[in-house]
Amino acid sequence: MKIINLRQMNVDQTGIINSIKANGELGQRIRDMGLIKGKEIKVQGRAPLNDPVSLRIMGFTLMLRNNEADHIEVEVQ
Amino acid sequence: MSTAIVLAGNPNSGKTTLFNELTGGRQHVGNYPGVTVEKKQGTYETDIGRFDIIDLPGTYSLTAYSLEEVVARDFLVNENPSMIVNIVDASNLERNLYLSVQFMEMGIPVCIALNMMDVAKKRGIEIDIDKLSKLLKVPVVPTIARSGKGKKELMHAVAANAFKDVEPLKVSYGLDIDTALDDMVKLIQPAGFLTDHYKPRWTALKYFENDQQVIEAGKKENKTIALKLERVVQKTADHLSSTLDAHPEGIIADHRYGFVNSILKQGVIRFYQDENRLLLSDKIDKIVTNKFLGPLIMAAVLMGLYKFTFAYSGVPVTFLENVFGWAAGFAQQMLPDGILKSLMISGIINGVGGVLGFVPLIMFMFLGISFLEDTGYLARMSFMLDRVFRMFGLHGSSVMAFIVSGGIAGGCAVPGVMATRTLKSPKERLATLLTVPFMNCGAKLPVFALLVAAFFAESKALVMLLITMISWVGALLVAWALRSTVIKGESTPFIMELPPYRLPTLKGLLIHTLERTWQYMRKAGTVILGISILLWAMMTFPGLNKARLAKFEYKRAAITSGLSLQTLNDIKTLEEKSLTKKALAVKENLLQVDLDQARAALKNSIAGRIGTSIEGVTRFAGFNWQTNIALVGGFAAKEVVVSTLGTAYSLGEVDPQETASLSNKLKKEKGWGPLTAFSLILFTIFYSPCFVTVVCIARETGSWKWPAFSVIFNTILAFTISLVFYQVGSIFF
Repeated sequence: MKIINLRQMNVDQTGIINSIKANGELGQRIRDMGLIKGKEIKVQGRAPLNDPVSLRIMGFTLMLRNNEADHIEVEVQ
Repeated sequence: MSTAIVLAGNPNSGKTTLFNELTGGRQHVGNYPGVTVEKKQGTYETDIGRFDIIDLPGTYSLTAYSLEEVVARDFLVNENPSMIVNIVDASNLERNLYLSVQFMEMGIPVCIALNMMDVAKKRGIEIDIDKLSKLLKVPVVPTIARSGKGKKELMHAVAANAFKDVEPLKVSYGLDIDTALDDMVKLIQPAGFLTDHYKPRWTALKYFENDQQVIEAGKKENKTIALKLERVVQKTADHLSSTLDAHPEGIIADHRYGFVNSILKQGVIRFYQDENRLLLSDKIDKIVTNKFLGPLIMAAVLMGLYKFTFAYSGVPVTFLENVFGWAAGFAQQMLPDGILKSLMISGIINGVGGVLGFVPLIMFMFLGISFLEDTGYLARMSFMLDRVFRMFGLHGSSVMAFIVSGGIAGGCAVPGVMATRTLKSPKERLATLLTVPFMNCGAKLPVFALLVAAFFAESKALVMLLITMISWVGALLVAWALRSTVIKGESTPFIMELPPYRLPTLKGLLIHTLERTWQYMRKAGTVILGISILLWAMMTFPGLNKARLAKFEYKRAAITSGLSLQTLNDIKTLEEKSLTKKALAVKENLLQVDLDQARAALKNSIAGRIGTSIEGVTRFAGFNWQTNIALVGGFAAKEVVVSTLGTAYSLGEVDPQETASLSNKLKKEKGWGPLTAFSLILFTIFYSPCFVTVVCIARETGSWKWPAFSVIFNTILAFTISLVFYQVGSIFF
């Protein structure tokens, strides 16, 4: 078990969200989409230029930019 | 009597499909007052009554951060609908209910339409509807919007439950916040603080969420209480920060999801398959967003969209051109020469033709783009291109507007500007719609073709490629400059759903396309016709005075003096080949007088006077008065540059498709050379968009500030570029 940044996760890797570091609009947007502490996520893929990243959560897929992923810390195996 | 209800829910939950199913063709698309968010309303009428339905913008939450959310919220608060019909995607229950909770907290009666039951079933999701309804204490009706299944039952449930008084839902946000909320309610309730619009606990909650709209409203309502509330929030926030290292907004979101989760866990939902297993959609994505295949497929799709918009709309466009050509011809024959005829042909027929000429383009563009949007491919395009466009302060979805506007030479900025509607980030959208007019639309091409044929005939393809590249680089750099100055600010968070691929319904596509096209004709059409007449007047008045008209008459008389009546009649009526050599020469001389007169009239017109008076400045960029007038005319439509240049060089109105005579003339003309030509090409790329585009920018931004900016800024930019190019070029050549 270790805690890494969402940006550092590999494609197909799964993990549990440990904390969200952002506040204000970005933090609200992240949480509104269900990215909250304790949720399981799986990195689904990356865009051709490696950014943005797409991930799977609660049965749907969402995408976010790497600099937004920086605010999300994930516990991985 | 009718019942006012709203449809609300997440994007991609099938809200619009259900709206179309319920209202059919009986809908009206407009805007919410003062903003550019689309407002759709319609009616549903059966034996149980008549319902006025408003389709609220799709949102994930009810914060004050995005325009859509503020609009949705304001509508609920100010219009006080009898019921919120909340569309919930059954295959995506948890996230959808997060929004439902927020509706229920507002204290407005909610009825849940549990949509996409078929999709949920296919994914092995089973939902206990009765239990869900009982736990949430709201009616829940299963629906399949695509086929209209369940809509009757839904409306029965609405009729039975609307107007009921409901208690706002109370979610527990943990001891600290709950206690603070209670304290705040005690301050709010007796003072009637904002209670006309908001329920007390909701106001308190919004204070905790740092909701600027509510906080501002509170300051105006009652400064003392507002201050007290802010103090409570601050104290609690400090406490939470020191004990839990958390902010109230975060805790509130966590608890809302926690509330939803606690309900689902009580046996409401069961998964028969792994929730995160690879769906067909994900398998398609493995190919479609693949590092190598993805961009190739995207290029093909963009080419396809372009072809679809401009090639297939060719037939109706040609048809319309023929109709208006015929109408102009008819007016030419029936009306006596003079101002009325000129107004009829150049002002009104061309004006109406100008409005309608864009209609097929707009229809095909909206059809193509809504297809891409509804299938879910549009989101994939943003996904792949975001990295590139973000560098310039734009958004992945900007690409389509650029392509349609002429990113592949030959598009049109009018549908291009409208295509920015798919962009939900306001700053990125504004920067996109201000820079798409730099693309090489179909109307600029005749101008380029004329100049390239005259001065760069040996390297045609290369120069055309260079022109395309200059417009792309220019547009992106300007976008970047705008985003660092006038539209400055952090980029809007990109976090977006990648919805599963779906086959769009034909009904949905058609309703969407026809509504928008009709909106263009109604709203933009009238303004465009007005400006068209104004431009006609600028190019026509004041006309030549009597003395000068007499001069031309005198010239004509001199040419025809001494000729027999028979010869004069022959010249007027016979074909050229049956005329004698002498008669032909006379005819040509007469024609030359006509052309010289047209040229003199143009030079004397308002547009001509503007063109002549600024020649002193524009000659530093290589432009003489003839070019200036042509560029003023180009504000009507860029291809008018060619026809006006023809008149200014005494060649009569030159058909933009047949420019050989004009390009030969320019080659021989003093002051014209490759340098002047390229300077004019640069100016044409960058200067003010044509007025149809300007009107569309006004419509899309909801004010005249940005269209005015784009006329002035683009023209100054273009002139600066041409000036620098011409001056530097003059040193070397």
